Amino acid sequence: MTTSLDTPRDQPAVSTGEQRLLRPLGETSKYLVLVLFSAFFLIPLVWMVSTSLKNAEELPLYPPIWIPDPIRWDNYVTAFVEGSLGGYLWNTVVVTVPSVIGAVLSNSLIAYGFARVQWPGRDYVFAVVLATMILPDFVTFIPLYLIFRDLNWLNTYYPLILPIFLGSPFFIFLLRQFLMALPAELTDAARVDGASELLIFLRIVIPLATPALAVVALFQFIGSWNDYFGPLIYLSDVDKYTISLGIANMESAYGFSNFAWIMAATCMSILPIILLFFFAQRTFIEGIALTGLKG
Amino acid sequence: MTAAASSFRFSSRRDRKRLATGLLFISPWILGFIVFRVYPFLASLYYSFTFYPVLRSPRWLGWDNYVNLFDDPRFLTSLWNSTYYALGAVPLGTLFGILLAMLLNMRVRGLSAFRTIFFLPSITPIVAAAIVWLWMFNPRSGVVNYLLSFVGINGPAWLGDPQWAKAALILMSVWSVGNAVVIYLAALQDVPRELLEASSLDGANTIQKIWNITLPMISPVILFNVIVGLIAAFQFFTQVHVMTDGRGSPADSTLMMSIYLYQSAFEFFKMGYASAQAWILFLIIVVFTMVLFRVSGRLVYYGGR
Repeated sequence: MTTSLDTPRDQPAVSTGEQRLLRPLGETSKYLVLVLFSAFFLIPLVWMVSTSLKNAEELPLYPPIWIPDPIRWDNYVTAFVEGSLGGYLWNTVVVTVPSVIGAVLSNSLIAYGFARVQWPGRDYVFAVVLATMILPDFVTFIPLYLIFRDLNWLNTYYPLILPIFLGSPFFIFLLRQFLMALPAELTDAARVDGASELLIFLRIVIPLATPALAVVALFQFIGSWNDYFGPLIYLSDVDKYTISLGIANMESAYGFSNFAWIMAATCMSILPIILLFFFAQRTFIEGIALTGLKG
Repeated sequence: MTAAASSFRFSSRRDRKRLATGLLFISPWILGFIVFRVYPFLASLYYSFTFYPVLRSPRWLGWDNYVNLFDDPRFLTSLWNSTYYALGAVPLGTLFGILLAMLLNMRVRGLSAFRTIFFLPSITPIVAAAIVWLWMFNPRSGVVNYLLSFVGINGPAWLGDPQWAKAALILMSVWSVGNAVVIYLAALQDVPRELLEASSLDGANTIQKIWNITLPMISPVILFNVIVGLIAAFQFFTQVHVMTDGRGSPADSTLMMSIYLYQSAFEFFKMGYASAQAWILFLIIVVFTMVLFRVSGRLVYYGGR
C-alpha cells in the first residue's frame, strides 16, 4: 500500500530531477549553437579585416595568419593610390545621393495616392503594382539597355538614377501599408478646412511618415551603394565605375600578391554601410520586420 | 460586387476630382510602369522571337530561338545549375532562418548582440562578400579548409572543383540568412503567448508546440520568404560573376541561367537569343510561384481570414 501511494509522489520528483539536469543542458546547447553560428557569420568579416592589414608575404601562408606582424596600415593608402578607391567612392556617392532623394520623393507621393486618396479603381491599380514585383529584372534589362543606348545615355549615371524617380513597387507597398495605418481623422479635419491634398501630404502626412521614409531612404542607400548589375551593363569607362564594380575590377586586374590592399579597399566599401547600420539599427530591424510581416 | 461596380461609376464631380487627384499622385508610377515595365516586357517577348545581333535591327524568326535553346548543352547546363542552386539554397536558408530565429526567441541573453552579428553579413555588399569568400575557399591557404582540418576533414578544392563549386555557393548563401532571421523573429514575437501556455497546460512538449502552434502561426511569413527566396535564387548572378570572372567556371559548373543570359547578350551580342532565355527564366519563376501558392493553400494558416 505504501509503495503504491509513494509512486505518484515519486514520479514528479523524478521528472523535476530530470528537468533540473536537462534545463542547464538545454540552455548550454542553445548558447553553443548561437555562438557557433556567430563564429560562422563573423569569421569572414574578421578575415577580411585581418587580410587588409597583411604583408604580401603573409598572404599564401598555411596555416593562415590572423594577426599580421607588422600591421600594415599603409595598405589603406595603397588602395587609394593604386586602386583609385577615392574615385570609385565619389562616383558611388554621386549615384547614391540622388537615388535616395528620388526614392523618398516618388514613393511617398505614389503611396499617398494609393493610401489616402479615395479614387475609383484604386485597388485594382494597386494589384497591378504588386503584380509587377514578380517581374524579374532579367526580363526587362535588354529592352531597357537598348532604350538607354538610343537616348545616348550609355556610360552615364542616368540609367542608374532616373528610373528610381518613378517609384518602385516594393517601396510603394511598404509606405502604403504605413500610411493606411494613420487615423483618417488626421486628414479629414484638414480637408473640411479646405486644404488641398498636396498641402495635407506635405504638412500632415510627411512629418508623421518619417520613420517609414527613413526605412525607404536606408534601403535605397544600401541598394544603390551595393548595386553591381546596373553599373556593370551601363558603365564602360573605368573612371566612372562605382565601388562594387571598382572592387571587382581590382580583384580581376591585380592578382594574388595585391590581395592585401584589395581587401583594404573592400573594407572601405563596407564601412559606410556598417556605420549607417550602427547609427540606425532600430530603423533597420523594424524596416526588415515590416517588409516580411505585411507580405 | 455592388461595391466594386459602384466604385467604377463616375457618379459625381467629387469622384472625378478624386480620380484626377489620385492619378496625379501616382503619375510617376504610371510613367515608370509604361516605360520601364510594360514596354520592356512586351519588347523582350518580341525580341525573343527574332534574330537580333545588337547593331542591326531584329529579324523575325518564329520559335527558332526556343527550339535552339533546348538543343544548346550550355543552356541545359545553366538550367540544371540554377535549379540545383535554388533547391539547395532556399530550403537551407529557410531551415536555418527559422532555427536561429527560434533560438533568439527563447529569452536569450545578449539578444541584440546576436541579432547584430547575424544581420551584418546581410548588409555587406555582395561584391565584397564574394571577394572575401573567394579568398576563404582557396584550396591551399583558405580559411574554410583550414577550419575543416580541425575536425579531420581534408576539404575539397571548392570553386576549383566542378563537383564542389555549387556546394560552395550554397554554403555562402547561408552566410546571408540574417535578413530572414530578423523577419522570422518578428513573426515569432507575434505568436500569441496564451496559445503556447494553454498547450503547455494540456501537456504538449516543445516539439509538439513548435509543430502544432508556432509553425502554423508563422506559415504565411514562411511562404512569403520562400517565394522571395526562390525568385532571388533563380536570378543569382553577382557572386558568380565576381568569383568566376563572369565565366561560370570551372567547366560551366557554376554557369547560372542569369550568367549565360548575360553572356548571350553582352559577350555574344545575341539579343534575341538572350531574350528567349529571359522568358524561360520568367516562366520558371511564375510556375514555381504558382505551384508554391497551390501546394501551400492547405498548409498555410491565415488566422481564419
